[in-house]
Amino acid sequence: MIMRRDTYADRKYIIYGFFIVVGILFLIRLAYLQLFNDSFKLAADNNTRRDITIYPPRGLVFDRNDELIVYNEAVFDLMVIPNQLKPMDTLAFCKIVGISYENFVKRIKKAKKYSWRKASFFEKQISKEQTAYIQEKLYNYPGFYVQPNTLRKYPHPIAAHILGYIGEVNQKNLEQDSYYSQGDYMGKSGLERFYEKDLRGNKGVQKLMVDVYNREKGPFHEGKYDVAAQKGKNLYLGLDWIIQEYGEKLMVNKKGAIVAIDPKTGEILAMVTSTNYDPNLLTGRVRSKNYRILLKDTLKPLLNRALISSYPPGSTFKLINALIGLQEGVLHNGSRYACHNGFSFRGLHVGCHSHRSPLNLEESIQHSCNAYYCEVYRSILGNKNYANSEEGFRKWREYVTKMGFGVKYGIDLPSEKRGNIPKPEYYDKYYGKGHWNAITTISLSIGQGEILATPLQMANQAAFIANRGYYIAPHLVRAIGRPDSLNPRFTEKHYVGVDEKYFDIIVEGMSKVVSNGTARLARIDSVEVCGKTGTAQNPHGENHSVFIAFAPRNNPKIAIAVFIENSGYGGTWAAPISSLMIEKYLKGYISPKRSWLEKRMLEGNLLNVKKKDK
Amino acid sequence: MRERRGVFHGIDWVMIVIYLLLVFMGWINIYAAVYDQDHASIFDLSQRYGKQLMWIVASLLLGFVIILIDPKFFNQFAFLIYGISLLTLLFVLGFGKEVAGSKSWFQIGSFAIQPAEFVKFSTALALAHYLGNLGIKVDNLKATFYSALIILTPAALILLQNDTGSALVYVAFIFVLYRQGLSGNIFIIGFVFAALAILSLLLESAQAKLIMLALIFLMLGVAYLAMKHNIKNLIKLIGIFIIISAYVFSVDFAFSKLQPHQQVRIKVLLNMKDDPRGAGYNVNQSKIAIGSGGITGKGFLKGTQTKFNFVPEQSTDFIFCTVGEEWGFLGTSTVVGLFVVLLLRIVYVAERQRSHFSKIYGYGVASILFFHFTINVGMVLGILPVIGIPLPFFSYGGSSLWAFTILLFIFIRQDAERMQLL
Ligand SMILES: [Zn+2]
Repeated sequence: MIMRRDTYADRKYIIYGFFIVVGILFLIRLAYLQLFNDSFKLAADNNTRRDITIYPPRGLVFDRNDELIVYNEAVFDLMVIPNQLKPMDTLAFCKIVGISYENFVKRIKKAKKYSWRKASFFEKQISKEQTAYIQEKLYNYPGFYVQPNTLRKYPHPIAAHILGYIGEVNQKNLEQDSYYSQGDYMGKSGLERFYEKDLRGNKGVQKLMVDVYNREKGPFHEGKYDVAAQKGKNLYLGLDWIIQEYGEKLMVNKKGAIVAIDPKTGEILAMVTSTNYDPNLLTGRVRSKNYRILLKDTLKPLLNRALISSYPPGSTFKLINALIGLQEGVLHNGSRYACHNGFSFRGLHVGCHSHRSPLNLEESIQHSCNAYYCEVYRSILGNKNYANSEEGFRKWREYVTKMGFGVKYGIDLPSEKRGNIPKPEYYDKYYGKGHWNAITTISLSIGQGEILATPLQMANQAAFIANRGYYIAPHLVRAIGRPDSLNPRFTEKHYVGVDEKYFDIIVEGMSKVVSNGTARLARIDSVEVCGKTGTAQNPHGENHSVFIAFAPRNNPKIAIAVFIENSGYGGTWAAPISSLMIEKYLKGYISPKRSWLEKRMLEGNLLNVKKKDK
Repeated sequence: MRERRGVFHGIDWVMIVIYLLLVFMGWINIYAAVYDQDHASIFDLSQRYGKQLMWIVASLLLGFVIILIDPKFFNQFAFLIYGISLLTLLFVLGFGKEVAGSKSWFQIGSFAIQPAEFVKFSTALALAHYLGNLGIKVDNLKATFYSALIILTPAALILLQNDTGSALVYVAFIFVLYRQGLSGNIFIIGFVFAALAILSLLLESAQAKLIMLALIFLMLGVAYLAMKHNIKNLIKLIGIFIIISAYVFSVDFAFSKLQPHQQVRIKVLLNMKDDPRGAGYNVNQSKIAIGSGGITGKGFLKGTQTKFNFVPEQSTDFIFCTVGEEWGFLGTSTVVGLFVVLLLRIVYVAERQRSHFSKIYGYGVASILFFHFTINVGMVLGILPVIGIPLPFFSYGGSSLWAFTILLFIFIRQDAERMQLL
């Protein structure tokens, strides 16, 4: 390598200069910060700082008439910071807090394990009165302090499954959402869980200076670094607490569910599941004890039957087959089918009760004739427009799914079951492809067999019939934050694929069911109720009874499904309970003429019904 | 064996000792920054200081290996190494893992590596190779263009990863180019344009900007009066005015293209936004921590500000804070002194090189270290905007420690060879 004369050699001095100048500038700045400026030193003198988490009040919950149904009660948590602890009179302290010495040792150990310098919960949810007492003595015990928190309270002990409960965050929650820290509470079920992000608000932080005697010396930097807490948003439900409470009373000593929907909006007016429990049982310090008790109960009070239990819908499903038949053009009001105590075909027999024969469509609903619907179902699957009965079945299934069976609505609660509408593949597997038809699957015609539906889906059926052809997904929360800030999740109209004109005749039939058919106990003065009874066969005991209805006939305000386990025939229990709910909602009272019926329903006990001998 | 002894004989121990001091002090301060009683062992591998120790040991091995490699290797394969490093940048753009908004990490199991760190030394190698072997001076357009191409290609790729801080580092190579003949006006022009940028950000309204431009116009007018009155000068001044006007109005546009948090940081620094809880929080806390250290500091592990999580990123970008709080002015001036001495030493050693390649590479090393040092300490002291780049040898992080070790040790190796060349 040949060296050329380096014309720019002097530039190294400029670069040296750069380095030295920057070094000197830094030293000057450091001297200013560290030697000649006391304000920074004061900001971090030997005081310790304490971060107090400000828990915002959780959002309140109101019913559709602005009745408060969930609120917060102020409680306090006793916190401990292990590395600020000083030698102290431990026994006296235990006495003040009301715990044993062993417990004290255990809790301190746990707190140290979590962190030496971060605050841990020592005792949670102490009442206001006890806190005042403890706080007075706390100056003797550096490292301890109290911070405010809240507890959920329910003025009316209703709707436990809907409201859900809150509980302490677990390890998984902590990992999934950095918002939470150890000891925080969050919604664990029901609306509390589904709307957790709305309800919880935003935690705030208050930074305080604390001297060596554990006394608060005022805000750190005049509160410049505090973060204000934002309170949680309120929920405004479509629920009517009066009929919710009434429904829960009616369902005492019965297993089953009631779902009532405002068909125009899809808002759930009442969702009763029975057996159930008082929501106040699962709040605060008694929660885990009560939870264990409820979990062991053989009547399963924690199960929300309205969403989770699926039952064969029974005869209420005949309306679905009628609607499909009408839309497909294989059924007309004039269609008459004979019934001689049932439907018979090549040795197969579907029984029916005695009634006059033949019947037209309207009468078939009124009398709930099984044979009629076997014929309707056969003609749907045998429709000439489709190549074979499998194709006919696919079309049938498409309608049924559109009508909200076998699907989830995305209700605003954490769990929801879809029920079951069998797929053709299911029968292919069972019978072999091409080896099944309307006859082999005939029980679908009367809502038996593989069909399973939840009470919610059955109520939704009543709703779309009430609307003559569409439904809005059923939901609980009408508005979030402000009463007029409507829940954007639920506005879409779902059309079920059957023209409005075909509903008139179905509605006429349903009206006759109540006025002069299988559900005469559901009659209410001055309100025209349209309904349909059903009985779901139960191989394990007495049959389940079901009734779906809506009222009034014109401009319906309520659509309802009542499902009662082991209650036998749909007209005996489910229909009267539905009508009482409807009457209470529409009129606000039960007419004296029907108080005998109300009494019978309230007092009826169906929990221990054994299967009747046939 | 003979030759190897020769190699170690030629090593510049001043640089090695400063390197070891900085690495050790870094480790001690990382320990102090993340220290808590629950994990008190400094060798605890689940903690950052334990991991940093592992990386330090690996770095020393790496340095040792580099000393053993034939120095000609780095010159001969400079472009190859450069090319490969650019490919990894491209690769990370495609398959990298996104951390805090920038896609600049490779994740291999639980082990994450940041390729951008390693491109610094490869760029220094490539530039030294290009300028050094031919003894090129950067006083003509062609050399300037090719040098800029070598420097700006990796910077652009890193910018695409959304890692503005790491991309800015490449500005540092200006010093290398300057030493090799780039006009010194570059600094004056750079200063003028930086001042204009700040002014036009401060003057938010278009009206204020127009007034500023009017003033500049007047100043240029006065300048023209002082100059010879000819067309050439007139055109020159008008050209300057047009460029300045276009620039002033394009600053806002460029600013709007920055990420929101960077915009806020710049505004906070320019006192346009009082935001002690947000972007200003780090810096304010960092100043409190350093200021509370006083002359001698609070003592090892006695810091309260850094301990109580007042200062974020305290083991990485804000590690200098811990030094300030626990070791006081004595500690901080020692660290600043060590860096300045190291930088001066590198330039001194670079100047004694016979090979252009080694000399220019040395300037590259000094430039990169200088830039990191200035930006990082300036940020912690609250006189430069918060740009997240580590303090060399000091900050927590395997990728950056290894990359800086490689950068420095290649130079030490080149220098050790100068005896052989004689
Ligand atoms: Zn019949």
